[in-house]
Formats: sequence, C-alpha cells, structure tokens
Amino acid sequence: MMPRLHGAFFTLFYKEVLRFWKVASQTVGAPVMTAVLYLLIFSHALEGHVQIHGVSYTAFLIPGLVMMSVLQNAFANSSSSLIQSKVTGNIVFTLLAPISHHEFYAAYVLAAIVRGLMVGVGVLAVTMWFAPLQFIYPLWILLFAILGGGILGSLGVIAGIWAEKFDQLAAFQNFLIMPLTFLSGVFYSIASLPAFWQHVSHWNPVFYMIDGFRHGFFGVSDVSPWISLAVGGGCFSALAVLSLNLLSRGYKLRT
Amino acid sequence: MSVAIRIQQVCKRFDATQALNAVDLEVAQGEFFGLLGPNGAGKTTLISALAGLTRPDSGSLSVMGYDVLTDYRAARRQLGVVPQELVFDPFFSVRETLQIQSGYFGISDNDDWIDEILENLDLTTKANANMRTLSGGMKRRVLVAQALVHRPPVIVLDEPTAGVDVELRQMLWRFIRRLNADGHTIVLTTHYLEEAESLCGRIAMLQGGRIVALDTTQNLLQRFSTHTLRLRCRGELPPAVALRAQQSGGWWSLPFDRFDEIEPLLAEIRNAGCAIDDLDVGKPDLEDVFIRVMHGQAH
Ligand SMILES: Nc1ncnc2c1ncn2[C@@H]1O[C@H](COP(=O)(O)OP(=O)(O)OP(=O)(O)O)[C@@H](O)[C@H]1O
Ligand SMILES: [Mg+2]
Repeated sequence: MMPRLHGAFFTLFYKEVLRFWKVASQTVGAPVMTAVLYLLIFSHALEGHVQIHGVSYTAFLIPGLVMMSVLQNAFANSSSSLIQSKVTGNIVFTLLAPISHHEFYAAYVLAAIVRGLMVGVGVLAVTMWFAPLQFIYPLWILLFAILGGGILGSLGVIAGIWAEKFDQLAAFQNFLIMPLTFLSGVFYSIASLPAFWQHVSHWNPVFYMIDGFRHGFFGVSDVSPWISLAVGGGCFSALAVLSLNLLSRGYKLRT
Repeated sequence: MSVAIRIQQVCKRFDATQALNAVDLEVAQGEFFGLLGPNGAGKTTLISALAGLTRPDSGSLSVMGYDVLTDYRAARRQLGVVPQELVFDPFFSVRETLQIQSGYFGISDNDDWIDEILENLDLTTKANANMRTLSGGMKRRVLVAQALVHRPPVIVLDEPTAGVDVELRQMLWRFIRRLNADGHTIVLTTHYLEEAESLCGRIAMLQGGRIVALDTTQNLLQRFSTHTLRLRCRGELPPAVALRAQQSGGWWSLPFDRFDEIEPLLAEIRNAGCAIDDLDVGKPDLEDVFIRVMHGQAH
C-alpha cells in the first residue's frame, strides 16, 4: 500500500527509497555483512597489538567501518539508481514530469542518505557487541553521518549522470570512491602514518568525515571536528552546486 | 479556435543528421492530428522537443500557450506523452507505477481515475502484477496509462499500437476517441496508415526533418490519390487501355477520377473481345498519398 504521495519531490524521494527497500537484502543486508567480515578479520589480526587514541583497536575500528558503509552505500544508491534508469530508459518518466532540478537533486541525495544511514545503523547494531563503545557526542555522530551521506550521495548523482554504461560507473567507483574511503583512516589513525602520507590524507575530504564521526564516539580525533565540519560543508556545497548545474542544463539527460 | 501546440522554426541537428529542419506547425485544441513519415523522418525528435526531452538548436515550442523551456512546469502539466520505446521500471507493479507517476504531477489521491484508465485499457486484472511480468503489448498499454494519469489536455502518442493486438488496438482507439470527444487534443504517429486515415482529421507528413505535406485528411486523399479499377480478364486488352493500365499478379489496375468513366471503359474492353472474369473498385487511400508525397510528387 502506498502512502499519500504529496508533491513531486516527496514522490521521487519515496520511489527512490522504495526501490532499494524492495531489495533490502542486497542493498542493506549485504553491506552489513561485508562490514562485519572486515571487523572479524582486522580485529583478529590487530587486536591486542595496537591501541589508538587510548581505545582498543576493535573499538577504534567500529566507527570507521560504520562510516565507510554509510559513505559507500550512499554513493551506490544514487549512482546505480540513475544509471539503471538511464540504461533501461525509464528515466524518461521523471524527465516528462514537472520536476525541477532542485527537487530531482534533493530526492536522490536524500534517498542516498537514508540508505547510508540504514546500512550504518545495521553495521553499528551488529558490531557494537565486539568492543566497549562510547557515544560521547551523539550529535556529532549524526551530523557527520548525514553530511558524509550527502557528499557521497551527490558524488553518486554526478557519476550516475556522467556514466553512460555500467563499466564507466564501476571505474568511477574503483578508482575514486574506493581509494578515497579506504585511505581515509578507517583502519588506522593517520597520526601513525609517515609525514608525507599524513599530508596526502589531509587532502582527502573523506578523512575529515571519518575523523569527525569518530570524534562523536570517543571525544578525541586527529583534527578538530569543527575543521572537519567546515571541510565537509565546503565539499558538500561544491558538489551540490555542480550537480544542480548539470541537472539544470540537462547534461547527458536531455539530448 | 485556440492553439494547443505551437511549433515555430524548430531545428535540431545530431552530429551529421539534421533531424529537424525549420519545422513550423500548429495544432488547434480538440484536433485529432496525425504525424506521419518514414523511419528517421524526425517524428520522435519533434515529440521529444515538445516534451522537453530534447533541446532544439533554435526555434520555439509551446503547449497550451506555455513555452516548453521557460515555462516547463506548466507546459508538462498540459502534456501527456506515450514514448515510442517500450520502457518500464522493473521494481514496481502496474498500480504503483501509475501512483508514482501521479505523484510526480502532484496528484496524491488518484485511485478512481487510475481504476478508470486500467478498466479502459483492459489492465484491471494486471493492476498488481509486477511490470517485468507483463507481455510487450501490456507494457505498451501501461505506457499509455502513464501518459494519462494527470488528465493532460494534450496527448501525444508515439506509435502506441506497435505490438498491440487487433482487439486491443480497437479498444485503445475507442478510448482515445472518447478522450478526443471530451475535448482532449490528440497527436499520434503511426506506420499503420489505415489507422491514421480513419482517426485523424488533419495530417502532417515529415521527411528528412521537414514537413512535406500538411492538410486535412480529406484534402490529402483528394489531391494525391485516385480511384482504381482493378480487373482480371481473358484475351487482350485494347492497346489504348493497356497503355494506361498496370499489371500485377494477373490483375490490371486502371486509375480513374470520376465514376462515369467506368462504363465507356468497360464497353471498350468488351468490344475488343476481352472477357472480364473479376472486377473491383478501389477507393483512394492514405498509403497511396504517402507514397506519392514521399517520392516528391507533391505540389
Ligand atoms: N539521440 C540521437 N543521437 C543521434 N542521432 C539521433 C538521435 N535521435 C535521433 N537521431 C537521428 O535523427 C533522425 C530522426 O530520428 P527520429 O527518431 O526522430 O525519427 P522517427 O521519425 O521517429 O523514426 P521512426 O519512425 O523510426 O520512429 C534519425 O536520423 C536518427 O538517427
Ligand atoms: Mg520515432
């Protein structure tokens, strides 16, 4: 049964949520499983050998994995939905409708955030039993999860618009999204890196999202959460402007 | 009569192809209008430009007075388009598809109208079936239904009957005719010319991105087509008649303009000692008009 679909934006948002929810075992269940596997492998290998910011390695790892799942799934949602609609041609139904580019963008990004948060909550619910966790600043946790989902959701919109085939999207994912998320301090504190790689990491916006997110749990982080918030906000604004520009021109959507 | 669709000097080029070349066209409210032309003539491109799916290089288009670019929201509310390609969203059922499409147009409670459309397109029993499980013709009917959810005053159908069986084709046309009688403007493209001939009051023929003929269906038939007398006979046709006739499959075809030409013609054949076995009289048809126009015999 459908709820009342009020307005074009809400309908498109609802459709995007329903789309992944109908196949939740693939879109939510599978990524939770993947994150749990990472946790088992890495904590088994490193627990007892490493302590970071004064917490056990497993406790340190959990927020990183949660955030990585939020980010990767936010990206996957908007990008794969768009490319599927383009390849199958059913994107025409939204293009024929009186939907503004603002509504279009907001609906896709918001649905991406919802998917990211659902996966994030799932990962947290399963992994939090493996180590004692604190939740010192829950608002920072929520804020960085939403902001990170918004950034990757926007990147997904851009990638989905730009890519014409699934393998182009896979390239975007493998050569940009994966390195950005893996090399962002999910599995280690960048303070433990050589100076050169620390410097490189500071150019990775995802690092700030993970670092700020972790600050919400432990109250300590590599950089101040306010700096992370500023970097995240700046990135999000830039990506939003770019996405809206592409959409308003109908780039690769309206020939 | 107020204008439903106004297309002015629209050009569109795709790389080497001039898909639309300075197209001018006006369709009045309440018309049943046919857009005909061979494959690649530019019909779909013209419809796409009207729907905002394609941006013209130059020129302007409006629907019910709303410019399709500067006033796109209002223009799209006035327009229902049945796309030529058989597209669907495999995640949803027929009813969900129509509810979502209604929502895009800001209509939250549309179930009565959706039921009526489903009924008229004989889709009621498939309402809760997933789109993936429908046959091609059923998917095509859902496309028609999707174009109608917001009760658009202007309805454009790009080959709506391709792949639809005879019975449902007639059902579809009855429904579309009724919408037309209720005041909806209808524009349709089809390669079934008998369909266009019986439905459309006015027809434009497109070729190579240009409009090469535009008139009422009646006028087109009168201008470009003639009656034909077809007969099968034993013996030689008199040479004067044979000169005007064309033979194929044992039948002779003789064009004529007025019915009073027939009697003297038959007398001439009989007098030459030729016995007629079979005979019929063909009316002018749109196919004939189409072929003549496309071969440049238009004036
Ligand atoms: N997106 C596109 N990119 C490149 N060329 C295109 C594109 N769309 C249409 N064309 C070209 O423009 C011309 C007109 O195509 P269009 O689809 O409008 O024809 P049509 O009259 O609808 O034909 P049909 O009866 O086969 O549907 C064709 O030569 C086609 O190849
Ligand atoms: Mg076409």
